[in-house]
Amino acid sequence: MSARDDILAAVRAALADATPEPSPVVSPVGVVPNDLVGLFAERVADYRAVVERCSVADLPARVAAALPPGARVVVPSGLGLDVPGQVVDTGLSSAELDALDAVVTRAALGIAETGTIVLDHGPDQGRRAISLVPDVHVCIVTEDQVVADVPDAMGRLDPSRALTWISGPSATSDIELDRVEGVHGPRTLQVLVVR
Amino acid sequence: MTGTFVGMPAFPVAAREALGDTQLRHNLAHATGVIRAKRAAVVGEVDNWEDLRLAGAAVKERALTDLATHLEELERMLVAHGATVHWARDAAEANAIVVGIAQGHGVDEVVKVKSMVTQEIDLNGALAAAGIAAWETDLAELIVQLGGDLPSHILVPAIHRNRAEVREIFLREMGGAGRPAPADLTDEPAMLAAAARAHLREKFLRAKVGVSGANFAVSETGTLVVVESEGNGRMCLTLPEVLVSVVGIEKVVPTWAELDPLLRLLPRSSTGERMNPYTSTWSGVTPGDGPQEVHVVLLDNGRTRALADSVGRQALRCIRCSACLNVCPVYERTGGHAYGSVYPGPIGAILNPLMQGTGDKQVDSLPYASSLCGACFEVCPVRIDIPEVLVHLRSKVVDAHRSDTVPSAEAVAMKGVAWTFSDARRLARAERASGVAGRVMKRMFGVTLPGGRAASGKLPGPDGGWTSARDLPAPPAESFRAWWQRVGRLGRQGGGES
Amino acid sequence: MGSMRVALMVTCVNDAMFPETGKAVVTLLRRLGVDVEFPAAQTCCAQPMVNTGYLDEAVPVVRTFVDAFAGFDAIVTPSGSCAGSARHQHGIVARRTGDAGLAAAVAETSPKVFELTEFLVDVLGVVDVGAYFPHRVTYHPTCHSLRMLGVGDRPRRLLEAVRGIRLAELPSAEECCGFGGTFALKNADTSIAMGADKARHVRSTGAEVMVAGDNSCLMHVGGILSRQRSGVRVMHLAEILASTEDAPLGAVVGGGR
Repeated sequence: MSARDDILAAVRAALADATPEPSPVVSPVGVVPNDLVGLFAERVADYRAVVERCSVADLPARVAAALPPGARVVVPSGLGLDVPGQVVDTGLSSAELDALDAVVTRAALGIAETGTIVLDHGPDQGRRAISLVPDVHVCIVTEDQVVADVPDAMGRLDPSRALTWISGPSATSDIELDRVEGVHGPRTLQVLVVR
Repeated sequence: MTGTFVGMPAFPVAAREALGDTQLRHNLAHATGVIRAKRAAVVGEVDNWEDLRLAGAAVKERALTDLATHLEELERMLVAHGATVHWARDAAEANAIVVGIAQGHGVDEVVKVKSMVTQEIDLNGALAAAGIAAWETDLAELIVQLGGDLPSHILVPAIHRNRAEVREIFLREMGGAGRPAPADLTDEPAMLAAAARAHLREKFLRAKVGVSGANFAVSETGTLVVVESEGNGRMCLTLPEVLVSVVGIEKVVPTWAELDPLLRLLPRSSTGERMNPYTSTWSGVTPGDGPQEVHVVLLDNGRTRALADSVGRQALRCIRCSACLNVCPVYERTGGHAYGSVYPGPIGAILNPLMQGTGDKQVDSLPYASSLCGACFEVCPVRIDIPEVLVHLRSKVVDAHRSDTVPSAEAVAMKGVAWTFSDARRLARAERASGVAGRVMKRMFGVTLPGGRAASGKLPGPDGGWTSARDLPAPPAESFRAWWQRVGRLGRQGGGES
Repeated sequence: MGSMRVALMVTCVNDAMFPETGKAVVTLLRRLGVDVEFPAAQTCCAQPMVNTGYLDEAVPVVRTFVDAFAGFDAIVTPSGSCAGSARHQHGIVARRTGDAGLAAAVAETSPKVFELTEFLVDVLGVVDVGAYFPHRVTYHPTCHSLRMLGVGDRPRRLLEAVRGIRLAELPSAEECCGFGGTFALKNADTSIAMGADKARHVRSTGAEVMVAGDNSCLMHVGGILSRQRSGVRVMHLAEILASTEDAPLGAVVGGGR
């Protein structure tokens, strides 16, 4: 017998006494905050990310201000915004990405309770590598993209797409459980919440 | 370069050595104290935490009770999304599959996401034997690997090391594995993390093959999930051309929506955060994004053995958060190495015997490495009743020895005690004898307890296990039962007959 | 409590080693108007066998237990651990035998077992039991009463109502003392390491007396405190609750220790 058949047979034999439960488990409700966007901003900031709220009109200036002076900035093809120093991603190699200073993307949604942004890597967010290799990530979230809690996010996301959930800058607590921001992912995360 | 748990002594022996390690005791007391406080704070802010625990347990239970169906669906969906699915009965088969894939691409190195399952099967050892370097990229795993050390915690494998030790390891070993640590390296955690970033960056950028585990595998959608903090996971999952994920068969979650309670439970229980910095989910190959060749190895390696134990099965619900380690008073004092496995602490004390079976002295000692205080069950996000399983496994260890031709001293004693406790008249006789023994003890080893009661100091012989560090009250001259018969019953309202 | 038949389940450890605790329960319950009985056929709850893995050996002991306590309305015990064993483990032992009669008997007795503070607060509805104990005391919540039974703040409320008492908060109170039954012998080094930390916390409170609801845990920590010549005494909660101004501790039923 193949390993596959052996394992499946062993599983069935082991569960001879078990009764399968056909219906999915209903998730407990998430939080329902009074001020959705306010909570989102507060929770993102808790991770020592930089959070700013601005209008659509102010967005280009805020993005420019968020970037290091003279930075070379990778952007996805569908960002819908002109960024100073931008390099539109056309399949840059890892080494080429490593030579750039920052990245600007949009997001699929934001989760208020956990201060999380989720990327589904659509055209305004780009493939996964571009928001990972550069050291500064500026992420634009619109207010109507912010949901209350994780269960609300699950219902809106498409699992057939690759997803990246980001809660603050890269961090570690591996040395004496002392939290340090900034390891392999972007060491600076700036979230711009647009009205 | 890495150590091995093979040949570890039984828990009490390994624990004795660990208890005398001053640095270990200090490092662990500090680290577990910090993480306990963090967890308590973020769990405390969730109103319906107990509902979440119930839901998390129910999701994993649902996955396990119909595991074959879910595994077949997972395979089908992975293949539909362009992944190649492999099945491995044991460590050797899984290792051979991964080594074969790496060799097929002619590489001499792979980058690895922190993964418990690849430690369990010693994949790094198998790759090394084939001339392939496996670079651990999680900071704690890097510390363990560079130090030629063994992991001692599920979440923070280098929890037994403090910052000064980490600095020394980096200064001494990084140069031999790649980019050296800066000469002016201090023991500031931020600077140590920066050294790891610089050291590993070149490996991320050039690696052709990445190896990961998975925290969850959604059968409905063929989605794998990796939960992490540093971004090393994202690097390994995204930059290489080829990705191999080794996944224990118990990682299945039936539907996408049922991930929800688990994603809410895991970070708060594990790192004590509302959400971990990065969670990656992917379903097979994503065209134009990330590895275009994706393999998934579904591993048994003792899981079906655990599944067949109707009491122990619940241990397969484990989502490897380590909350049980962090609250365990035994773990806090002995550290993880004493458990002789990559799965230490309370969960290791049940998972190892469940997956490996009884009969090995070291494994058989694990269910006894607990005072049954219940702190582990209280914090477990998927409600694994670890004390219940520990007691159940103790009975399996005992039962495995029932046909021994020469029973152990303990088995003889337990039979004697049970015989005495099966009849109150026998117990009364034993108590009269202990009263006599008490008078002898008082004379020979006498000390006085605070409050005035006679006691025994250090006793010679087999009872020394108790009196080596604890005085023992002398048995009283009169048992309660004898007192009741003589005096106590007379005070009853009806005149004392019962 | 007129028609209620109440049994004292004294526990094997208290019977053979700490009879004063059993006497204190009798004194206390009588003072509160409960005509407690001591079924002489009782022996042990079987926890020593169950927790060491000797489930077959536990079977006759559980049979003895259900026979001894059959017919009582409430079974009161000065031990969180033994109450937990009766409530949570007897069913496991009975199921293993496949004996439906034993399982039914266990299902009948198990829910009637009350740890002393549960019985006082929940069944009798008292918090102030009229006790007097003018000493500095620190309370250790034992693991099984805390986590297996969930006695919560009942012991604390009872202690707070004791006249003259000065309660000192025990640091890391909810951490296990390291007794754990045969764990104390099989893993003596780890057990002592845990007990030494508990003793250190007790001493840091400046209390004269460490109190708890389980004499087995107290024997362990008390043994360490005595070996250290700390001068701190350990006492079962029942003995403090039994103590009054007229009959202070040392003059409870049956005389002092």
